[in-house]
Amino acid sequence: MWRYLAVPALFIVLLAFFLVGLFRDPTLVPSPLINQPAPQFELPQLLEPQRTLALSDLATGEPVLLNVWATWCVGCRQEHGMLVDIARSGEIPIFGLNWKDDRVAALRWLERLGDPYVAVAVDEDGRVAIDWGVYGSPETFLLDGAGIIRFKHIGPIDQLVWEREFRPRIAQLRQGES
Amino acid sequence: MSLRVIVTALMLLGLVLHAGQGWAAPHTPLTVEALSPLEDPDQRARYERLIREIRCLVCQNEPIADSNAPLARDLRREIRERIEGGSTDREIIEFLTARYGDFVLYRPPFSPRTWLLWFAPGLLLLGGGWVFWRVLSSRADKPLDDEDEWSEDPEPAEDTPR
Repeated sequence: MWRYLAVPALFIVLLAFFLVGLFRDPTLVPSPLINQPAPQFELPQLLEPQRTLALSDLATGEPVLLNVWATWCVGCRQEHGMLVDIARSGEIPIFGLNWKDDRVAALRWLERLGDPYVAVAVDEDGRVAIDWGVYGSPETFLLDGAGIIRFKHIGPIDQLVWEREFRPRIAQLRQGES
Repeated sequence: MSLRVIVTALMLLGLVLHAGQGWAAPHTPLTVEALSPLEDPDQRARYERLIREIRCLVCQNEPIADSNAPLARDLRREIRERIEGGSTDREIIEFLTARYGDFVLYRPPFSPRTWLLWFAPGLLLLGGGWVFWRVLSSRADKPLDDEDEWSEDPEPAEDTPR
């Protein structure tokens, strides 16, 4: 009896693997940095190059976002309006990491589209991005008050992503800290 | 029939030769244009080998050696500087996997998580071999003159007038 079931059973198991694989996005690589202390950095700021932005500025005791963006990145353009809305609502401070970008273009971008960032660090040669395991912008890290990376979203943030992925996690972090 | 065998053999031969060529072809590092090659031949060899082992996460089916993506260029620079700075291959790979995960390695590490990955081909081969052996031995049990299945559907007799 079992010999007649073995082949269909194998087939169904294989089919299940394929089905799961079919709906997973292979371009999303889970970061090993989740729940790890964020890598140290100190970089010049975009608006005031004589000042620097460091990890210690992000660990304020409150959750913050670090958004990796560039003017050459299409997804960043898509999500920018959403970031501006989030910043306007005051839900959470957003810091920026301007990745391998042209300074003038970046300044013009913020001027034209609005500046949602508390401060933007300029990572011109991409070293800090490597340290943070960034492989494609936009990427948005959620840091807790102690500077530990709690979540990373790869790709543009839209209303759906914000409500599903970020809001519950931010609320959870705030609850844990209060 | 024999033609088909010959064609298949030629195709297989071509495939093998082609694959061999792909492996043996010296890698011309067109993508490291901006950098002068490492002077120390040992370091250079290590660099050339490492950049073939690391996956470019932007264009996932290319090693960073072949990719012109900005991130691949940055990673090559990182590896190069670390080699020059005296890091071992192991340290460099640890640096990268700590940030990008095991997925950056084309050769995944041997760990409980990847046992299935590493053992699956052997297990499948063993399983297949077992089935093969079972089928063969069950056939062997039957007498050779077991021709019932042929006689069920007899071919037209040769002397049938056409």
